[in-house]
Amino acid sequence: MKGRAGVLYTLPLMLWSCIFFIIPIIIVFIYSFLAKGLYGGVVWQFSLKAFSALFSWSFFRVSLVTLLIAVLSTILTLLIALPVSYYLARTKNNTLLLALVVIPFWVNLLLRVYAWIAILGREGFLNHLMTFLGYRGEPVQFLFNFWAVVIVHVYTYLPYMILPLYSNIEKFDFGLLEAARDLGATHMGSLVRVMLPNIKGGIVTAILFAFIPTMGSYAIPDLVGSTNSHMLGNSIAYNIRTANNWPLASAISLVLTLISALGIMIYFFLNRKPARHKVREAP
Amino acid sequence: MKGSRVRVEVVAKWFDDFQALKDVSLDIKKGEFFSILGPSGCGKTTLLRIIAGFEDPSAGLVSLDDQNVVPLPPNKRPLNTVFQNYALFPHLTVFDNVAFPLQLRRENPKVIETQVRKYLAMVHLNGHEEKKPGQLSGGMKQRVAIARALISEPKVLLLDEPLSALDAKLRQSLLMDLDFIHDAIGITFIYVTHDQSEALSVSDRVAVMNEGVVLQVGTPYQIYEQPANPFVARFIGENNLLEGVILSKNGFCYTIDTDGLGALKVTSESRLWEPGQRVLHTIRPEKISITKTKPGGLSKDYNLLPGRTFESIYSGFQSKFFVHPEANEKMQLKVFKQHESFLERGPDISWDEEVFLSWDADDGYIVEAIPQ
Ligand SMILES: Nc1ncnc2c1ncn2[C@@H]1O[C@H](COP(=O)(O)OP(=O)(O)O)[C@@H](O)[C@H]1O
Ligand SMILES: [Mg+2]
Repeated sequence: MKGRAGVLYTLPLMLWSCIFFIIPIIIVFIYSFLAKGLYGGVVWQFSLKAFSALFSWSFFRVSLVTLLIAVLSTILTLLIALPVSYYLARTKNNTLLLALVVIPFWVNLLLRVYAWIAILGREGFLNHLMTFLGYRGEPVQFLFNFWAVVIVHVYTYLPYMILPLYSNIEKFDFGLLEAARDLGATHMGSLVRVMLPNIKGGIVTAILFAFIPTMGSYAIPDLVGSTNSHMLGNSIAYNIRTANNWPLASAISLVLTLISALGIMIYFFLNRKPARHKVREAP
Repeated sequence: MKGSRVRVEVVAKWFDDFQALKDVSLDIKKGEFFSILGPSGCGKTTLLRIIAGFEDPSAGLVSLDDQNVVPLPPNKRPLNTVFQNYALFPHLTVFDNVAFPLQLRRENPKVIETQVRKYLAMVHLNGHEEKKPGQLSGGMKQRVAIARALISEPKVLLLDEPLSALDAKLRQSLLMDLDFIHDAIGITFIYVTHDQSEALSVSDRVAVMNEGVVLQVGTPYQIYEQPANPFVARFIGENNLLEGVILSKNGFCYTIDTDGLGALKVTSESRLWEPGQRVLHTIRPEKISITKTKPGGLSKDYNLLPGRTFESIYSGFQSKFFVHPEANEKMQLKVFKQHESFLERGPDISWDEEVFLSWDADDGYIVEAIPQ
């Protein structure tokens, strides 16, 4: 569709992304270069204060913690999601299993996080289980620390990873694994040398689906984390709601957006198709 | 000989309550080009997968040079497979596909380089090293797969209908190449196909299978000329199957009162049939001569049947005729006539013509006795 009509067709989409995507980013961009209003909002006056505030130890620390949580939970999620999706793709009657993967999408995230509080808390399921199994010490607080944040992220983004991986592995020709085995590869060797390279696209998608939302996570560290595991999302909320520093909140948001954009660029880089040569027919 | 002797001993395979293989036994010699021939669904792939190690036999043994290989995983068996759908690794170039088995063994890159070039040359694919499988034609893909399967110098090469996805001309040339490669490297080839002309043209021996059972093992000549049972007689080549009761026996020559046709003479050397027995016997269409006039000077052990053609198909090098014998208009016999010389006025016999069919008793063949 090269003609004028083509432009018409894409108009609604362009309008939609303008209103909900581009304009907010522009607002955030502009706000980050303005001065802070006393009771929130901005004063229309050019200022680099927000950005200079980014060059502080505390912001650096929060960024580092955020990155660490995102990287760690993405890796852990991938390690769980890969074998699960492989199993799903190789199971013939997998409708029920797939449903189990999708069902969490129907339950509000906050409810699911509260469920984790019920599991990990001092009076929670895990402590009861330990007592039942013979543990006689003080109840342990598994909540409100770095690892609780990581675990709940792993839990939350697991289905987001499983689905793209599953749809990719499902298209994979498992006969290739037999060919690799036949040529001398071990079971693990055939998976690593033949399956992984062929499902690369799915892996990169899965990583993005977990990594980008985790980078911007707010509710999870707020509910199950401690001050040591605060993430950039919490800093943004704090600066909007408590410190009344909208320009700083905007600057942090910009940084987050840039990191996500970087991730997507890496995605396109890794998924780029090599230039196709013409197929030459020969006997 | 660099190949292995492969023995399959009373192998059975059950898939739930379906039995795909029934007591299959084969003894394949070192360096032999051995074909497994049978209609689709008869269990050929299953048998090959058991030999390769992708399936376990439900019962029985598979041994290579007298070593039982059933407990070994596929990567520990010194045999490689060429798959029907090529199974090339799409993410690797032609070079890396062929190098794959050597790279697994962490072979020296220099060695890999020379070996890959050697095996690519063997399958006439030099110059295509950097292409991806997606850029190759079907025939080229299968050549890559053959080079990849041979580079680790296996003792046995298993081929599962490697040519069936290719067009006829290409099949022929690749088959000749396979034959040549087999002669050059001398390992055992086990070649699975449902195409009898492939099996007969290149094999040292052929096993004919149907419904999970090996019906006959023999040289292409034996399979064609001395089929062991009605299935083989029908499945290999074209045939006229006849039934009748033996009237008399004179040395090796039997006179059979054939249903609908009357007395026919058939020679049989291999077995001792008795008068009064009911037997199945055959005459190949190309062994019957068809003439418009009654042939003269026939020896006493000739058969002569007058009849009428009801269909004739001219196909260049030969014509096929379908004939109702005069003795029984309901029967039909197939007759093939080679055109050995130029037909000036076109095919001399057409449909609906009076003809004479004749053949020597030696050309008939008694397949088996039919229980009465
Ligand atoms: N994994 C399997 N599960 C159940 N049945 C199978 C399986 N593999 C093969 N079969 C059945 O076994 C029979 C033989 O199959 P196969 O060995 O592929 O035949 P061929 O290669 O001669 O065409 C077929 O009827 C097929 O349906
Ligand atoms: Mg098959």
